[in-house]
Amino acid sequence: MIKTYDVVIIGAGGAGLRAAVEIPKEYSCAVISKVFPPRSHTGTAQGGVCAALGNMEEDSWENHAFDTVKGSDYLGDQDAIEVMCQDAVRAIIELEHMGMPFSRNEDGKIAQRKFGGHTKPADPADPYGKRIPVMRACYSADRTGHVMLQTLYENCIKNQVSFFSEYFVTQLLVENGVCSGVVAMDISTGEIHTFHAKAVVFATGGYGRAFQITSNAHVGTGDGTNLVYRAGLPLEDMEFFQFHPTGLWRLGILVSEAARGEGGILKNKDGERFMQKYAPTVMDLAPRDMVSRAIITEIREGKGIRGSDGTDYVLLDVSHLGKKVIDEKLPEITGFARTYLGVEPTKEPIPIQPTAHYAMGGIPTDIDGRVFANEKGDIIKGFYAAGECACVSVHGGNRLGTNSLLDIIIFGRRSGKAVAEFIKTADYSPLPENTEEQTRKEIEALKTSTGKESILNIRTELQVMMMNKCGVFRNEKELKEGIEELKQLKERYKNISIQDKGNIFNTDLMEAIELGNLLDSAEATLYSAENRQESRGAHTREDYTNRDDENWMKHTFITKANGSEPKITYKPVVITRYKPMERKY
Amino acid sequence: MELSVKILRYNPEKDSKPYFQEYKVPGVAEDWRLLDVLHEIKWKLDGTLTFRRSCAHGVCGSDGIRVNGKNRLACSILLKDLNYKKTIIIEPLPAMPIIKDLVVDMTSFFQKYEVIKPYLITKTPPPPDAERFQSNEDAEKLFESAKCILCGCCTTSCPSTWTNDNYIGPAALLKTYRFVFDTRDEAPDERLDIIDNPDGIWRCHTIFNCIETCPKEINITWHISQLKTRLATREF
Repeated sequence: MIKTYDVVIIGAGGAGLRAAVEIPKEYSCAVISKVFPPRSHTGTAQGGVCAALGNMEEDSWENHAFDTVKGSDYLGDQDAIEVMCQDAVRAIIELEHMGMPFSRNEDGKIAQRKFGGHTKPADPADPYGKRIPVMRACYSADRTGHVMLQTLYENCIKNQVSFFSEYFVTQLLVENGVCSGVVAMDISTGEIHTFHAKAVVFATGGYGRAFQITSNAHVGTGDGTNLVYRAGLPLEDMEFFQFHPTGLWRLGILVSEAARGEGGILKNKDGERFMQKYAPTVMDLAPRDMVSRAIITEIREGKGIRGSDGTDYVLLDVSHLGKKVIDEKLPEITGFARTYLGVEPTKEPIPIQPTAHYAMGGIPTDIDGRVFANEKGDIIKGFYAAGECACVSVHGGNRLGTNSLLDIIIFGRRSGKAVAEFIKTADYSPLPENTEEQTRKEIEALKTSTGKESILNIRTELQVMMMNKCGVFRNEKELKEGIEELKQLKERYKNISIQDKGNIFNTDLMEAIELGNLLDSAEATLYSAENRQESRGAHTREDYTNRDDENWMKHTFITKANGSEPKITYKPVVITRYKPMERKY
Repeated sequence: MELSVKILRYNPEKDSKPYFQEYKVPGVAEDWRLLDVLHEIKWKLDGTLTFRRSCAHGVCGSDGIRVNGKNRLACSILLKDLNYKKTIIIEPLPAMPIIKDLVVDMTSFFQKYEVIKPYLITKTPPPPDAERFQSNEDAEKLFESAKCILCGCCTTSCPSTWTNDNYIGPAALLKTYRFVFDTRDEAPDERLDIIDNPDGIWRCHTIFNCIETCPKEINITWHISQLKTRLATREF
């Protein structure tokens, strides 16, 4: 069945909903999501969203931009970073006007706190000298993502946006550089629909579920990035995957950087505040890639604590902050420690270990969300992307904490505005013939397969391999082994079978398709990681330990080539005012 | 250890009515989430078992189910918090049509949420380049209600919901509080009018089931009582 909308947005997290709010009411707009919008993963973001409001102390958007460039290990495109940080102040004020409930300071303004990698010059006259942490993260206790998602959903209800909740997108319709829509399955009935649109926006999130320990929800399976990759379009900087240093031990559940922003301290088994060694000026508030490396280094040196599951952890201590601060500012995360580990954070430290958290790479776009067809900068007509699935690139090699919530509201809005402008004059592009054929065939093949492979085995092996061979530290030998293992897993995937053969709410079928998406996301990540022979941001090579600006100050563009190895090309990094320098904290 | 679980199954493509199926799940530990048990069954024993889940740590609100007669999030309850030596009974949330197994049709739940105009309504334009003023004290009055994850555990635990499909329910009333008591909002009366009827707030009989079941530990009845007081004392 064909449904026709001026605009179709895939994904109802922050980026998708923020884009939807921008579409004027005279146009039809459908938001498709595989879960109800308030279930989206944006809701699990905790600590804050940065903007140089200067509500607590003096700050400037230039400080924020410098931090973001430096945090990205100089791989972020500086034109995009300037756009984001300059617009951040307006964007936060706008969210407040939309109704987002923020914590407030004594003047009744939005309260702000410290966060990793967010600094300002100790001496304003020496902007490139010593830098000290600054209170820049706007927050709502430790539920910032939750209330942001709710606020954006509420504004979509106010604007009467049409939602197709629990629809699962299975095909991106792109031909000859033109996008004409998507194919999606209504999960509750199994019916297949074609959504014919003038413009399609992908806001489909990340793929943390490719890793064994992750903070990501089960829905984080890289569905959008994979559809783009499978359509023969490039993905950018897929080797840069962020490990958040403080995941709850064993479970990977996020323990926000806000815990350290409020004064929490990381300790090894000897009780030593080890970040003193790795980042003497900002210590526990160093960026995430550095803290994750520091934790793994401590563990490798035998200074971790062995857990009952055989994995090692270190400790995050917030007990000295006192019950009042913990209850008021960190209630959610301390609740997780109590519920899942039986740890009382007001009295004892929380066991933590790095957890796969965020894809810096993704679908390459310009600053208005337009998707690039290649590294030369050609555009796919009518196709946009924003949020974690996209790569603008504002995060470069390593994203700073809070900049993901900022990314989704800035570039979600910009994509929405660009789409609203585009549909004024654009017409519907013709749909390819038999649009739904491919989806129907794939679903039928999965339902009728009698293969002996299980979703669980292949997924678990993939997750363990990615964690061990494409994790915080990487090297050529293990990455090559990973690529070989992945090839075998992809072969075995062809022989999976599912037990549920029905049409109605077939989650067995969905998990099978999602696993296919994870395998392809992992493929792009492994090949890109194997190819980049340097250490930059979250991509740390034990065999190439230095950053190599001469050869590698460039974005990776990886494209699937049918039947052979993926093809890699490069795009230059945009540098405006910040000259690359050594990254020390 | 081995766990015994009875799950209410229903597949409209095959079954004329719901029935209980018992599973013996080996190798579980008492620090497992109930969601881990459901996954263990789905991934190792029976791929047809159907339930919703996403974040797996009590934030997204997907996996509300009924466990031994109480509404819970499968990801927020550990086996050690249950009497796991006896068979655990798992059913879908009550008072909503079953789509399949533990998946219920939440259409009416979200419709009731939308009815109360769950968005900030203002007439006075905000300052052009600054946030609206709100004291932290006033902001924090909203935080408990803003914690709500719309999982549906409260509304479907309420006997008033069970006996009357039209009752707006505690979740929508909690959302009403979140806006009526927001010092920035300028349409509290509009919303109070919506809930001021026999199928609205007055069908809340302070039974407290909602509080007992809320996985975010929100004191929902207190919030509803604040709305009732506001309604009883408002001047026209």
